[in-house]
Amino acid sequence: MRFALNGKEAEANNGISVEEYLLQKGIELDKIVIEYNLEILKRIDWKSTVIKENDKLEVLRFVGGG
Amino acid sequence: MSDEFKIGGKVLQSRLFVGSGKYSNNRLIPEIIKSSKSEVITVALRRVDFMDEKENMLNFIPKECVLMPNTSGARNAEEAVRIARLARETGCGNWVKIEVISDNKYLMPDNMETIKATEILAKEGFFVFPYMNPDLMDAKRLRDAGACAVMPLGAPIGTNKGLKTKELVKILIDEISLPIIVDAGIGKPSEAAEAMELGAAAVLVNTAIASAENPILMAEAFGLAVKAGRKAFLAGTGAIKEFAEASSPLTGFLN
Repeated sequence: MRFALNGKEAEANNGISVEEYLLQKGIELDKIVIEYNLEILKRIDWKSTVIKENDKLEVLRFVGGG
Repeated sequence: MSDEFKIGGKVLQSRLFVGSGKYSNNRLIPEIIKSSKSEVITVALRRVDFMDEKENMLNFIPKECVLMPNTSGARNAEEAVRIARLARETGCGNWVKIEVISDNKYLMPDNMETIKATEILAKEGFFVFPYMNPDLMDAKRLRDAGACAVMPLGAPIGTNKGLKTKELVKILIDEISLPIIVDAGIGKPSEAAEAMELGAAAVLVNTAIASAENPILMAEAFGLAVKAGRKAFLAGTGAIKEFAEASSPLTGFLN
């Protein structure tokens, strides 16, 4: 199943949740923020939100900036 | 003498805000905070790089620091609002530095879009710190839109040119009842002191510290300069005169 991850095409297994996907990718879940199809995805919904074909996922976090 | 800086629901001892950009290594950040005695640090929100996952920079920022996420990358009000909402969702507080820029050469802020974003975000409960081009009427609009401070530029971002907008910043200090925080362009501690002597409530410095040969020592120098400038402002500088006026008595000479 294909979807857009941070503006690039990505693949995930069918039925995988957003949280499972990020854990699989080795992402530190603390202090990141997720936008799911242009809406903020609340942390409590990461487990229950299943990635679907053509979804748009943005995964962001803080970096150095002025 | 106590001179606390109450802003955005916080009480600060330091009037130096620092940026976290342009450091060769995030490990410098805690040292910069320590030597500058700054209590506020700006950060930017960016996409996680799935190919090159680096250690989260928040791990390097002391817990007691106030985080000020910026909306860098926003080219209009809508994008700034989107970034601010996302930043708040990280759970790192509700301060936001609005930065709306579509000019790539001088990185001049778009005051009109900044005012629009400020209005929306202030209504949503953010403490909004708009980065702006020092224009009095726009500063009034930002105040009316609910900004908790106004952050005029001293010179274009990252130029280290100093307080080139001094006269315009002075007008904002005189006319706007909000704290005026000089952001961008400050290159040397003496220029930070100059802004503080003028009556700025605080200054925000990034490049001048990050690009110094010894950033940790420069951070300390900025901390001291901001303190000195603030004390000078509170002390009230003496009048400037056209002609000399002897400091020693003009009588009782030995001859």
